[in-house]
Amino acid sequence: MSVVRRLGPALLAPVLAVVVALVISSAVMAALAVNPFDVFGVMLDFGETPGQQITAMVVIVNRAIPLFLSGLAVAVAFRMGLFNIGVEGQYRLATIVAAAAGAAVTLPGPLHIGFIVLVAVVVAALWAGIVAVLKVTRGVSEVISSIMMNFIALGIASYLLTGPFRGSPEGASIIATADIPESGQMPGLNGIFDLFGLANPPRQLYGFLLIAIVVGVLIAVLLNRTRFGFDLKASGMSPSAASASGVNARAMVIKTMLLSGAVAGLIGLPDLLGNTHSYTTDFTAGLGFLGIAVALLGRNKPFGIALAALLFAFLDRSLVPLQIADYPSSVVTIVQGTIVLAVVVANEIARRVARRSAAGGTAAPSGGPTAGDGSTGAVPTPPPPGSTDQRQGAQL
Amino acid sequence: MTKAAALLLAGSLALAACASDEEGGGSASGESSSGGDLKIGLAYDTGGRGDRSFNDSAYAGVEAAIESNGGKVSELSPNADASNRADLLTQLADDGFNPVIAVGFAYGDVIGDVAEQYPDTNFAIIDSSVAEIGADNLTGLLFSEEQGSFLAGVAAALKTTTNHIGFVGGVDTPLIQKFEAGYFAGAEAAKPGIQIDSTYLTPAGDFSGFNDPAKGQIAAQGMFDGGADIVYHAAGGSGLGVFQAAAASNKRAIGVDSDQYNTVDDPALQAVIMTSMLKRVDNAVEAYIGDFVDDNVAGGEDVTNDLSTEGVGLATSGGFIDDIQDQIDDYRQQIIDGDIEVPTTR
Repeated sequence: MSVVRRLGPALLAPVLAVVVALVISSAVMAALAVNPFDVFGVMLDFGETPGQQITAMVVIVNRAIPLFLSGLAVAVAFRMGLFNIGVEGQYRLATIVAAAAGAAVTLPGPLHIGFIVLVAVVVAALWAGIVAVLKVTRGVSEVISSIMMNFIALGIASYLLTGPFRGSPEGASIIATADIPESGQMPGLNGIFDLFGLANPPRQLYGFLLIAIVVGVLIAVLLNRTRFGFDLKASGMSPSAASASGVNARAMVIKTMLLSGAVAGLIGLPDLLGNTHSYTTDFTAGLGFLGIAVALLGRNKPFGIALAALLFAFLDRSLVPLQIADYPSSVVTIVQGTIVLAVVVANEIARRVARRSAAGGTAAPSGGPTAGDGSTGAVPTPPPPGSTDQRQGAQL
Repeated sequence: MTKAAALLLAGSLALAACASDEEGGGSASGESSSGGDLKIGLAYDTGGRGDRSFNDSAYAGVEAAIESNGGKVSELSPNADASNRADLLTQLADDGFNPVIAVGFAYGDVIGDVAEQYPDTNFAIIDSSVAEIGADNLTGLLFSEEQGSFLAGVAAALKTTTNHIGFVGGVDTPLIQKFEAGYFAGAEAAKPGIQIDSTYLTPAGDFSGFNDPAKGQIAAQGMFDGGADIVYHAAGGSGLGVFQAAAASNKRAIGVDSDQYNTVDDPALQAVIMTSMLKRVDNAVEAYIGDFVDDNVAGGEDVTNDLSTEGVGLATSGGFIDDIQDQIDDYRQQIIDGDIEVPTTR
C-alpha cells in the first residue's frame, strides 16, 4: 500500500495520459464505426510463429532506440528548463558528418565505431553549443534559435550530401554518402536469441542497444547522484534560488546544452551503424521532434523515457498489421497525438494533486519539478482524477 | 527499482486486460477480394492512397489488373517518417502476397535485401532501376519522364506570349531533374532563346517539397510576377499551390503524373491547367501484373515506359492545346524515331 501511495503521484500522470488517449481514440474509432477492441487486438497480435513474434519485438526495440536517445536529449535540457527543439537539426547534421567521416577512414573494428560515435557526438554538441552561446551572451531564447538552427542544419546537410560528401554514382535515384567499410559497421545482437534458444529473426537487433542503455544509465546517474545533476535540476526548478546558492547559471546553460547536443548526436547512429551504413536522402527524419513527445510522456526521467519510447515504437509497429487487417492506420496517429495532448493535461493535474497532498500532509517535495511525494503525509482525500483513472485502467 | 517494477506491472496489466477483452473478436479481416488466387501486395510511397497522383495511379493499375485477372490486393502505407519501408515489404511477402509492388524510388534502399530474403516472391519497384539494386526476382518499372516533359516544354514554348516560362520541382533529386531537363530541351527546341525560370522547393533529403502547396504557390507566384506566363510543376502535392498561383495571376500551369485537369476539384483551377505530363504508372503496373499472371516476368530486368509505349505523354483534356497538336505529334514522332534524343540532365 505504501508503495502505491509513494508511486501514485509519479505514475499518475503517464498512466492517466495513456488511458485518456485510449478512451479518446476509442471514441473516435467508434464514431468511425470501427470496433476499438478489434483494433487493439490487432495491435497486440505479434504474429503466430515464434519467429514472427521475435521479429515484431526486434522491430519495436530497434525503433525505440533512436526514440529513447532523442527523448533523453530533449529531457536533459528540459530538466534545467531549457527547451531544446534543435535536436532534429543536431542529429541530422551529426549523422551525415559522422557517416562521411566513417567512410573516409579505415580503423580496426571497435576503434572505427568509436571514432564515428565521437564525431557524431562532437558535431551535435557543438551545434547545440551555438544555441547556448547565443543565449548566455545575447539573451536569445533557445526556443527560437534552436528552431532556426534546424533549418540551417538541414540546409547544410543537404548541401554536404549533394556536394562534397556525395558517394553515390551520378544519376542514381537515391543520393547517399559512401558506404562505411565493414570495420565501422556495428554487428547485431541476434546472438542472444540463439543463447536463449529462441527463434532467430531475419531482422538484426541493433547492437547500439547496448550503447543506448549505457548512455541512459549514465544520464540517470549524472542527474540523480552528482553535484552537476543537482545544480541542473535546481536551476530548472528555481533559477534564482540556484544562483543564490552559488550555481553559475551561464556555465550551466552551456554545459547542459552541450550534454543535450551530445546525446542528440547519437540518435541517427543505430540506423547508420547497424543498417544503412550511409546517410541517404531517405535517412529517417523527424526523430528529434518525436523525442519531445517521448520526453514529455516519460516525464523527463531516463527510465520513463525508455518506456515511452517502447510505447511509441509499439504503436508505430502496429501500423502495418492494422493496414493488413484493413483498419485505418490513422488510428495509431490519433493515439499518438492524443497521448501527447493528454500528457500535458495529466502532468498539470498530477502537479495539482501532488501539491494538494503535500499541503495536506507534511511531505517535502522530491523527485521531479512536478512530482510530489506523499509517502510521509496522510492523503486527506483520495484524488478524484486518480480514482477514475484506476477504474478506467482496470476496464481496459 | 520498485518504481520501475510497479510501472511495468501496471502497464502489463492494462495491456493484458485489453487483450483478454479481445477473444474471438480480433480476427476481423477485410481485404478487398474478388476471387482468384492472385494476391497482390502494394506498398505506397509517403502520402499513401488518396494523393490523386502517383499512389492512386498505381492502385488504378492494380484495380484494372484484378478486373481482368481476379485476385485481391493488400495495400500498405509507410509511417510518417517512412522508417518502416522494409517492414511493409517483409510483411507482404511473409503473408504470401506475390507479386509485391513498391511504389516509389525510395524503396530502392531496402527492396534489395527483402527480395533476397524472399527469393520465391516477385517484386517490382516503380522509378528505380534493377541495375542499381541487383536482384533476380525484382523488376524495375521505369519511365522516360524526360520525353513527356520534352513535349510539355514544346507546348509551353508554343503557347507562351511573353517568351518566358517556368519550372517548379518538388525536391531536388535526380528523378525530378529528369523532368526539368526534358522540359528545358523541349522548350528550347520549339523556341530557341526562350527564357526559362527553374526552382526546387526543397533540397535533396527534405521531402516536404512534394507536399507543401504553400511553398509551391510562392515559387510559382514569383515566376508569374517576373513575367513568366506558363509554369510546369513536378512537385506532387505542392502542385496545387502552383495552380492557385496561376489562377490568381490569370496565367497558366502544366500538371504532372496524372491528368490533373480531371483530378483537381475546383473549376477555377481547372481552367488554368493547360495540359498535364502523363506518367502512366497505372498502365505499367497493370502490364506488369498481366505479365506475372502469364508467367512472363523475367526478373532482374527493367521495363522502360516511354513515348513509344505510351508510358508517358501529354494530356489533352480541356482542349487548350488542340491547335498545336500537330506540332506536338511531330516532336513525339521524332523522339520515337530516335531523331531527337532527350537529355536526362541539364
